[in-house]
Amino acid sequence: MAKEAKVVEREEVVVRFSGDSGDGMQLTGTLFSDTLALEGNDISTFPDYPSEIRAPQGTIGGVSGFQVNFGNGKVNTPGDQADVLVAMNPAAIKAHCKFVKPGGTIIYDRDSLTEKNLKKAGYQTNDPITECKLKDYNIVPVPVTELTKSALADLDLDNKSILRSKNMFALGLICWVFNRPVQHIEEFIQRKFAKKPLIVEANKKVLKAGFNYGMNVQAMTPQYMVDKAKIEKGKYRNINGNVATAWGLLAAAEKSGRPLFLGSYPITPATEVLQALSERKDLGVKSFQAEDEIAGICTSLGASFAGHLAVTSTSGPGLALKGEAIGLAVMAELPIVIVNVQRGGPSTGLPTKTEQSDLMQALYGRNGESPVVVLAASTPSDCFEYAYKAAKIALERMVPVILLTDGFLANGSEPWKIPAMADMDVITPRIAKDPETFKAYARDPELLAREWAFPGMEGFQHRIGGLEKDINGSVSHDFDNHQKMTDIREGKVAKVVDMVPDVEIYGDEDADLLVVGWGGTYGHLVTSVRQLREEGKKVALAHFNYINPLPKNTEEVFAKFKDIVVCELNMGQFTAYLRDKLPQFSYKQYNKVKGIPFDVEELKNHFVQLMED
Amino acid sequence: MAENVTYTLKDFKSSNEVRWCPGCGDHAVMNAIQKAMATLGKKHEDYAVVSGIGCSSRFPYYMSTFGFHTIHGRAAAIASGVKSANPNLSVWQISGDGDALAIGGNHFIHTVRRNIDLNIILFNNRIYGLTKGQYSPTSERGKVTKTSPFGTIEEPFNPGNLVLGARGTFFARSIDSNVKHSQEVCTAAAKHKGTSVVEVLQNCVIFNHGAYNDINDPKTRADRQIFLKHGEKMLFGANNEKGLVWENGDLKAVVVGENGYTIDDVLVHDAKTESMNLHHALIEMALPSLPVAFGVIRDVEAPFYDEEMEKQIAHVQETRKITCMDDLLNSGDTWEVE
Repeated sequence: MAKEAKVVEREEVVVRFSGDSGDGMQLTGTLFSDTLALEGNDISTFPDYPSEIRAPQGTIGGVSGFQVNFGNGKVNTPGDQADVLVAMNPAAIKAHCKFVKPGGTIIYDRDSLTEKNLKKAGYQTNDPITECKLKDYNIVPVPVTELTKSALADLDLDNKSILRSKNMFALGLICWVFNRPVQHIEEFIQRKFAKKPLIVEANKKVLKAGFNYGMNVQAMTPQYMVDKAKIEKGKYRNINGNVATAWGLLAAAEKSGRPLFLGSYPITPATEVLQALSERKDLGVKSFQAEDEIAGICTSLGASFAGHLAVTSTSGPGLALKGEAIGLAVMAELPIVIVNVQRGGPSTGLPTKTEQSDLMQALYGRNGESPVVVLAASTPSDCFEYAYKAAKIALERMVPVILLTDGFLANGSEPWKIPAMADMDVITPRIAKDPETFKAYARDPELLAREWAFPGMEGFQHRIGGLEKDINGSVSHDFDNHQKMTDIREGKVAKVVDMVPDVEIYGDEDADLLVVGWGGTYGHLVTSVRQLREEGKKVALAHFNYINPLPKNTEEVFAKFKDIVVCELNMGQFTAYLRDKLPQFSYKQYNKVKGIPFDVEELKNHFVQLMED
Repeated sequence: MAENVTYTLKDFKSSNEVRWCPGCGDHAVMNAIQKAMATLGKKHEDYAVVSGIGCSSRFPYYMSTFGFHTIHGRAAAIASGVKSANPNLSVWQISGDGDALAIGGNHFIHTVRRNIDLNIILFNNRIYGLTKGQYSPTSERGKVTKTSPFGTIEEPFNPGNLVLGARGTFFARSIDSNVKHSQEVCTAAAKHKGTSVVEVLQNCVIFNHGAYNDINDPKTRADRQIFLKHGEKMLFGANNEKGLVWENGDLKAVVVGENGYTIDDVLVHDAKTESMNLHHALIEMALPSLPVAFGVIRDVEAPFYDEEMEKQIAHVQETRKITCMDDLLNSGDTWEVE
């Protein structure tokens, strides 16, 4: 073979690792992404895994994927389609070849094409490439299993442990293909298996074997060069949405001086928030894994009554269960942050897939007139910022705040410039100071927020509850009082608008089309608008993080544009909300409910079509 | 815990008008609890009373302490949050049989299992009063109510059994009319570290009047109630002439000095033993063959959640590397962009 690699220079490359759920694809993808980030690329990742913990091995249902997009500029999405697919078995080829760009590269484990595996993946023939119509692709069969075995021949390892190292071979090979060092991965292996020297040795050997294979068989695939990204100076780390959310809440606790209490119940894809906070006993977090979703929010509400920064985390079905208790928080006027990591619904729906279909539930999913503040994060790392802001609003305005993220943000990761706590906004909880004048429901005439006094504070003893009450906290069934209190609760949320920054216009103020989005679709929307502008089209984007209340300048922004298209991963919930709040504008809509993010091409095509119409 | 502050019952009454029906057992239980609180030596502002929904759950509004009247069934979860957040508080949960055992059954058993240091006062009137007379999870089989016009076809819970089933550490029983005894039991509950469940047999004068007449008729109750005290003989009857003995794998009521039974045969109550066997038998005792047990039936020491939570945090913090958010943000893999 010719010892000369074809080097292809690219601005952005998308790689997808696919294999059986037991093949360690999530770890492989994460390690490669971390390496890319440490080496100075901007990245965006998308884990795509099945909801079954162990679907039958080798089947289509058991295929787990991890996609990463990396580049030398700003990377906002994990990429529509992969340039390179690494497939560990025939099921992975079949399930994920549709995510590869036409003519892209498919590297697969040649040894995995056994009769048994082919049958399990539902092939009619023993030729997956022909059967999946992949003849025009750059197909690279690699004897992964065999080479892994021979790399470990002289180690005293059982067959199962040997086969478990296959992912390291693929990882080593991919590191060579993209010219990235394996050193970070070696360090990780060393840390992770510190107590198992044999496993450390085995994994490192296989990793090297994969890398060396690439070098020795250079003709097999083009070697991609992606330069370091030109990004702002500073100290960076990689972070995913769930961890960023957890850390944003921790930061708010530290800044406000209110200890953090999390009552929660494990639910995909929100569980990691509970896990990340449970790890932080060092920072004094009290995490309470409750018996159910209801107890999750109720323990948290109890902690709020007792003076803590109270948080509960969940996903759609859990938000439904928490509805009554959110209503109690509205009525008792207690601060609490409810994190809802949205997933495909209704009911159990698509637990591991992303969607934006809980917007209406967040806004209105309770009995009675029960307004809450609703925020939505838009990138994995800005979950930190919006979790922090959600806590700030709750503590300063004595309101429940729902923070919407989604499965895509939760599991996706990106490099993040580490903030300094000294630069974060001050948070001033509304803690009562004067027991002489304190009344449970007396409030600031401007903000309409009441004061917070909790058990242990001498002289502030009072009663609150879910019944309608008067200013003293006494139960009141007076009809005028109910109207007044309803107006106050509504007004209090509306007043939060003074904490909401203006929505920005990205692109031309005289554009032919304004694209409107909210929450986790930001990356795809901004990329499609940016690319269209680079192609000379006049288009702009207004992306919302504050849903209730909407930014003050929303009307002013919308008024600048002739055409508005609202894009969301649901059947049009934000559109309906805007039609209600700002009915003077006409909204076109673009919706998708497939459990997957938008892709940039589909958005661009749609926008171009709208502009041509 | 003893902070040597003394109060009177009046210090715990709020200015709100008490709106329970005249003759309702709740009045007496509230008096008993207020008396208990006045003598516990805890500062007034360190009491928190949490309730769910139901007649008895109006309780916090009639107290002058911090109070939270919450939503149906969730008092145990909310009280758990209050206590876990601030273990220095004395947290009292007021629930009825519907609130604690029907809609709130899951929270009830899990709170008991965790052994959070709460005092749960379970007002058991065996009926839904606030919704005007439907059967509850403690209504006896066959009970005719508005939603069971032909009688119920389900077995009731015995709350003490649920406490044992959830591996509870404290269970006591009292009756509304006996304020002095209720006060004693509530004081014991407050002193116990862990979840204390006090079942108060409570008469609903409107919808289930006389539910406990067979147990509580002044003419016969000396023979039908036994007041258990740790370390004392299990004696009852107008002149303590009767006792409980263990025979053929079960409890039996005997007359001391008759049929060959002597005072030595009568059992001594051991509330502190971890074994649940005898506690279970005592909880199960029912008329007509056996008296109904009152007093502290079970009171055992065990690790309790709110303290364990603080201990774990303190333990981790002894050797922590991360002491503040800046440490955390800069921990792990980071890199500089020049």
